[in-house]
Order: sequence, then structure tokens, then C-alpha cells
Amino acid sequence: MVGGFRWAAMFPDEVWEHVFSFLPADADRNAAALVCRAWYRIEQRSRWRVFVGNCYAVEPAAAVRRFPEVRAAAIKGKPHFADFNLVPSDWGGGAEAWVEAMAEGWPHLEELRLKRMVVSDDCLELIARCFKNFKVLSLVSCEGFSTAGLAAIAANCRNLRELNLHENEVEDNCLHWMSHFPESFTSLVTLNIACLEGEVNVYVLERLIGRCPNLKTLRLNHSVPIQRLVGLLHRAPQLVDLGTGKFAAQHHPELFSTLESAIAGCKNLKSLSGFWEAGPTYLPAIYSVMDLIEDDGLIAVAASCKLLQELRVFPSDPYGAAQPISLTEHGLVAISAGCPMLHSVLYFCRQMTNSALLTVAKNCPNFTCFRLCIMEPHTPDYITRQPLDAGFSAIVESCKHLRRLSLSGLLTDLVFKSIGASANCLEMLSVAFAGDGDAGLHYILSGCKNLRKLEIRDCPFGDQPLLDNAAKLETMRSLWMSSCSVTLGACRQLARKMPLLNVEVINERKRGLPLELQPDNCPVEKLYIYRTVAGPRSDTPSCVWILR
Amino acid sequence: MSPPLEHDYLGLSEHPSSPATAVEERVLNLSATELRLGLPGSETTDRKDKVGLTLELLPLPKSFVSGGKRGFSDAIDGAGKWRFAAGKGGSEVDLGKGGGLFSPRGEMAGGGTGKPSGQGNAGKDAAVNAAGQEMKAVAQVGGSVGHDRAMAPAAKAQVVGWPPIRSYRKNTMATNPSKSKDDADGKQGLGCLYVKVSMDGAPYLRKVDLKMYDNYKELSSALEKMFSCFTIGPCGSHGIPNSDGLSESHLMDLLNGSEYVLTYEDKDGDWMLVGDVPWEMFTDTCRRLRIMKGSDAIGLAPRAMEKCKNWN
Repeated sequence: MVGGFRWAAMFPDEVWEHVFSFLPADADRNAAALVCRAWYRIEQRSRWRVFVGNCYAVEPAAAVRRFPEVRAAAIKGKPHFADFNLVPSDWGGGAEAWVEAMAEGWPHLEELRLKRMVVSDDCLELIARCFKNFKVLSLVSCEGFSTAGLAAIAANCRNLRELNLHENEVEDNCLHWMSHFPESFTSLVTLNIACLEGEVNVYVLERLIGRCPNLKTLRLNHSVPIQRLVGLLHRAPQLVDLGTGKFAAQHHPELFSTLESAIAGCKNLKSLSGFWEAGPTYLPAIYSVMDLIEDDGLIAVAASCKLLQELRVFPSDPYGAAQPISLTEHGLVAISAGCPMLHSVLYFCRQMTNSALLTVAKNCPNFTCFRLCIMEPHTPDYITRQPLDAGFSAIVESCKHLRRLSLSGLLTDLVFKSIGASANCLEMLSVAFAGDGDAGLHYILSGCKNLRKLEIRDCPFGDQPLLDNAAKLETMRSLWMSSCSVTLGACRQLARKMPLLNVEVINERKRGLPLELQPDNCPVEKLYIYRTVAGPRSDTPSCVWILR
Repeated sequence: MSPPLEHDYLGLSEHPSSPATAVEERVLNLSATELRLGLPGSETTDRKDKVGLTLELLPLPKSFVSGGKRGFSDAIDGAGKWRFAAGKGGSEVDLGKGGGLFSPRGEMAGGGTGKPSGQGNAGKDAAVNAAGQEMKAVAQVGGSVGHDRAMAPAAKAQVVGWPPIRSYRKNTMATNPSKSKDDADGKQGLGCLYVKVSMDGAPYLRKVDLKMYDNYKELSSALEKMFSCFTIGPCGSHGIPNSDGLSESHLMDLLNGSEYVLTYEDKDGDWMLVGDVPWEMFTDTCRRLRIMKGSDAIGLAPRAMEKCKNWN
């Protein structure tokens, strides 16, 4: 500072803290922390919320030291393709190291959100014991724990507001875990147990939600029968978000009408999900929510749900023979035309045309997330037989705020040229069975200036684009490549050149020479590269090699 | 030594449980494993039930086993680069009309159309029509109508992790609501059949799709691959120079030594030894699998101990 004038001392620290609280993004806070030591110190002490996109990017102890006053932490583990069984089950992503470090350094932690991590019952018990003011536990796509661990949470977290279990693999060994919520416990706002496979004691559940007047979100699992739903809804008329249990039963006319009125009694209901095995008998009780849908259904949705923001359409039978196509590009086009607020789409179908995609692009320039999965790899435009390059190019050129994109169908390197050039906001790109050669990958890595996550499978991309764009990889969170044309030699070169990257080679077959002895031209099955300040991790299983 | 007549639950015996299995295992010809796109009926007879990608695997390793799960990684074994023949504008692919590309996967759930009757009544101002609604709708891609080939599920043509749908969702999707006979399990469908697999001592569960396998041997080798990491022995699995990894792995050793036994819970909730019943009956009744320590399984399966002694 010029003349040593300590201008930061013009205001008390608390004022600066208050100013920093208006900074919208962590990146802005990071920038403020670099201005001077005083700001660094003040910002450090006032950062309450931390997001760790890759649990191996930093040592837990280092994170805890860097921001000692954190109240809310979110951490992600396995790569996204773990959802589709492409990542070995023992790859890693264990939560213990983090939970132990947090228990030690963040005793005031209130919120913990973990995604794709292996969370043991021991972790849950540690959380339940160590964080006295714990309020929010959100586990998404995690595994490794059981309902016994949940019992510990229920018993000890007196101020729990949110228990969100979304799509986890949970062992059911403690039937009565919900009974561990004490009678004095009334703070619940969100309870999502949809992924639990065991029976739920509905009496206990009724009493629980009956004494939690602030409950806004309730997502039940399949074991809750439709008859009991009525009782639950009567006890929680203030619900905003409901996920039902089983939605099928023998038809009882009285049941139907009591259900209809119970749902109508929830005046604030804005979101519905669940409906396992929903039968046509009871569906009319829920207006404009559909279980099985075809083009006509989507056209109806387009006509009536003008405020629709996000749409996800999954195939009812992913492996079935294709049929007289009832769900096609027409449904997508109809939705794009009728729902101007639509910004996020996940759409599975079996056929597509460039023309449809061009129309969608024109209708919805506000897309932030566009994921199209044409079920059969390499499917071209079914009318013109052309690759779908033009269609996807139109999407990225029109949707200037697109942050997430998943490609499918027959695609050449041309589409990657468009994406690299136009997708300036793109943060996550998923590519499968696409491209002609190295050029495709090169376009992406040399363009897409905001790219954070790139995941590629079964594409003919090789070594050269990786080596030519090594520096780019340090600006990204991670790169996944499987069943491509990368060789071990390139990975070794990359690892030598870029010390801030972990280059993980995953080779699940346990035959032949160990990887250290393989030649440079040995093909790499699966490659996971991520930036890190923690160096190579110490919990790699036998099928993972971190190259140095 | 006379080979055991009863079917070894691991499928390790020389004599497979049924003649059909024997034929399957021996007929591993290249054309059967080559994957191609095309409509059913447009191919020659030996291509009947194999649909998928056109990939040229150079060369095809002899260890290429059935099961799409391992297809790609096996193909890469020492094979150098491999290329996509279909990538060049799809000219080699006979796509047929109407873009009817698919992997025939056997009989479809009897195509209940499930046309919802109460859709979007504009007159009824439902609260659900508000902003921020996320709709999860399931596309009915329909049931098989044109197929008169009652073929076994072409598990071998499946690509791992494609289409990109999570397994739990596949289970729920596979349930056809018009089939009232299905109970609350909701896991069974013609497309896939995911069951949990737990192993005593392992920190987490896995799920396997029983429809991916045609016999006990395939299932057991898949489980062995999945769980071998948990059998920590004095030496790691690196640098075990064997041409046939299967029989040398630790899990097999332990299983041979009767330390672990594969059991399953059936629809009645009873725990049974895997391998006693025909494969199809097993997949129909199996709800979950458990790799149990041999000592715990004694009450279950006295025959397991007896079998183990027979292996040597």
C-alpha cells in the first residue's frame, strides 16, 4: 500500500463483512480476498458456505483451515458417469475423511450436502454426534449407509430441518428408524425418503408430520399405500411439494373422492412426483400430472402448462423394441412452442430431425440445460439421413445461456466446431458415440471458454487434442473419457507436464502386466483427469493408477 | 474323479446344468458377437437377435465373453486402436424406414397404452400448474407388436451404461402399471431386473441386473469382478501374471475354500442357496443376493460344504 496507509482499517471488520455478503459468487469473494491481507482475513472469517465440486481437489483439513467459520458445505464425489455403471464400484469418493475433518474443524456446521459419495453409518453417527446445531442433511446418489445410520440422525439432530435422501442406495436394517425422532422434535421442513426400499411405519410418519407444522416438502417411498396418503395429507395441508407413495389400489369410489379432496385441500401444492404404479383409476385425482406420456400428452401439456420450466421425459422401456413411435420429436417441438418459460429439458426418444431441433432452438433461446438422448447410438436425422450436426449447432448458437448440453445421435466433428465456437456459457458437456476424430475434441478444448466438466464415452478421440490442450484441463474441474482412443503414453506425458492434475487411468481387467510396465501405446480404457491442489489421493483401489 | 452331477452354484463345474447352457457356452463364433444395426427380419438368420452398433474390433480377443457389460473393455485388450465403422455417415448401416432402430429385448410388457384420462383439464385450475413445477413424465415408447420372435433377451447386445438412465429408475420404469399381478416389489419388468447384492464385510451394496446374465456362471463371474476388491489378501491383484484371471482371483479362492457362499432371498423371504433351481426360476423368485460367510451359511446349505469338497 502506498505510504503504508491501511485503508482497510477505515471501517471496522464487520462493515467489510457486510459488504462482502453482497458478493454474489464465490469467485467474487475469492477476488476480494486477493486485494490485501486485511480483506483476505475478513473474507476468510465470513465465508459461511463452501462448495467442493470434486472431493479430491483439496485436502479436507486444508479446506477447513482455509475457511474456519463454515456453516454449510456441499461436496461431490464420483464422476457423473458413475450413475451409469461406468465407474468401478470401489473407485472412491468416501466421505469419512471429509466428515472427520469437518467434525474437528467445523463444530458449528449446520448443513451438509453430499452427492455421489460413499457415506457409511459411522459417518452419519459422527455427524449426529458432533454438530450440535445440525439442520440440513442432503444425500444425493450416495451409498454405503443404512437406516441404522438414519436412526442416529433422527435421534440426535434436535434442530433438523431437512432430511433429503435422493436416489441413494440404502440398506434397510432398521425398520423403526423414524421412531427415533423424539416427541419433542418439531422442526422438520423437508422430508424426502423416496429412495428407501423398506417399509415405512405410517403411524410413526403420521405423528411425525402432524407435529411438524413447517413441513413443506414430503416425498414418500413406494411402501406407503394410497389409502394412507389421505391421512398424511390431512395432517399436512400446508405442503408445497408432495411425492406420493404407491398410487395404485383396488378401485374404491370413496377412496377416490377422499383422495381428490385431500389433495385439493393442499392449497399450496406446487410440485408433484412419485406415483409408482399409478393406475388410470386414480390419476384423474391429480390434474395435469402424467405418468405415461406420448406426443399427444406432451401437446396437451404444451397447451395447458404455460409456466412449465423444466421437463424430463424418460423411456418406459429403455431396452424394448422400438414401436410405432408414439413419443417423437413432435412432442419436443410442441413443448418448445407452447412453454415459453421452459429452460431445462431432458428428453429420451428414438427419432429426431435437424428441422425439429432448429425449431426448438428458435422457440427456446432461453435454454440453460438441454439434454437429448436418442436411444440408439449413431441415429441420423430419420428423414434426411443426415447427421444431426445442424440441429445441435442451432441449439448452441441460439441458446446463448446454455450451461449444460448432452449430445446424441449421429454427429460428426462439425458439431464440435459449432459448440467450441458458440457455447460460451457452457459448463458441462456430455458426449457419447460421436465425432470423427481428434479434431472434434480439439474444437471443444480449444473453445468453450467456461467449460468445467467434460465427459466423453465411445468417441474416436485420441492423444493429440489432450496434449495440445493440456493447459485447458487445469481450467476445468474434470475430464472423463472412456472407450476412446487415448494411449498410456499420452497420459504419462500429460501427468509429467501438468503437476496440478491428477491423471487417473482406470483399468478394470486384472490380467497381464501391471500398468507401470505397460508400453506407451497401451490403450487406456477409462481416463479421469481432474485438477487438484491435494496431489495424488491415497485411497485408490487396485484398478486405478494415478500417473506421475 | 467323476464330475458332480448336481449343478454347482458357482457354475464352475465342467458340466453345465442344462444342454442349452452347454450349447451357448461353446458356440462363441464371431458373427454371433459382432454387433450391427438393422431392423429385425432384415438380417440373416444368424443375426436374428443381435442388434447394436457396428464396431470393428481389431482383433477380437479370444477372451471376449458374452455380456455387453464387458464387451468394450475386453475388446481393447492389447488390440490397439479400434474404430467405429458406423461413424462414417452410417452408410454401412441399414436403418430402414421410420428410423426404427432398437435393440430387441424380448417380449415387451403387454403394451398397456396408459393414456391418461385426466390430462391437463384447462378448466380445473390445479395448483400444480404453478411456476417452478418439475414434471417427471414417462414416455411410453410402447410395447412390442410386430415381433413374433419370442427371443431371449439379447443381453449380449446391451451397451454398458446406455441409454444413460440410472438403475433405480430403470426398475421403476420397467413396472407396467397395467400388470396388476406385480406386488409392491415393483422391481420386475421385462427390461431389467435389478437386485441388491451385499457381501458380508463389504462397506456398500451393489446392484446387478439379472437380465444381463443367462446362467449362474455369468452371474458368478460378474459378482466376482464386482466384489473381488473386498477380499483383501496378502498380495494385491496387481501383477498376478495369469492368462485366465478368473480362477486365480482371491474371491474364487475363498469361495473354493468355502469361506463365502452365494445366497439369495426369494419372494417368500427365505434365504436360499444360489444354484439349486433352474436359472429362469431363480430370476423369477430372487429378490436380493447376499454373499455370506461360509460359517453363517451352514444352516442354509449343508450341500454347499459338501460341494466344496467335491471341487478338488
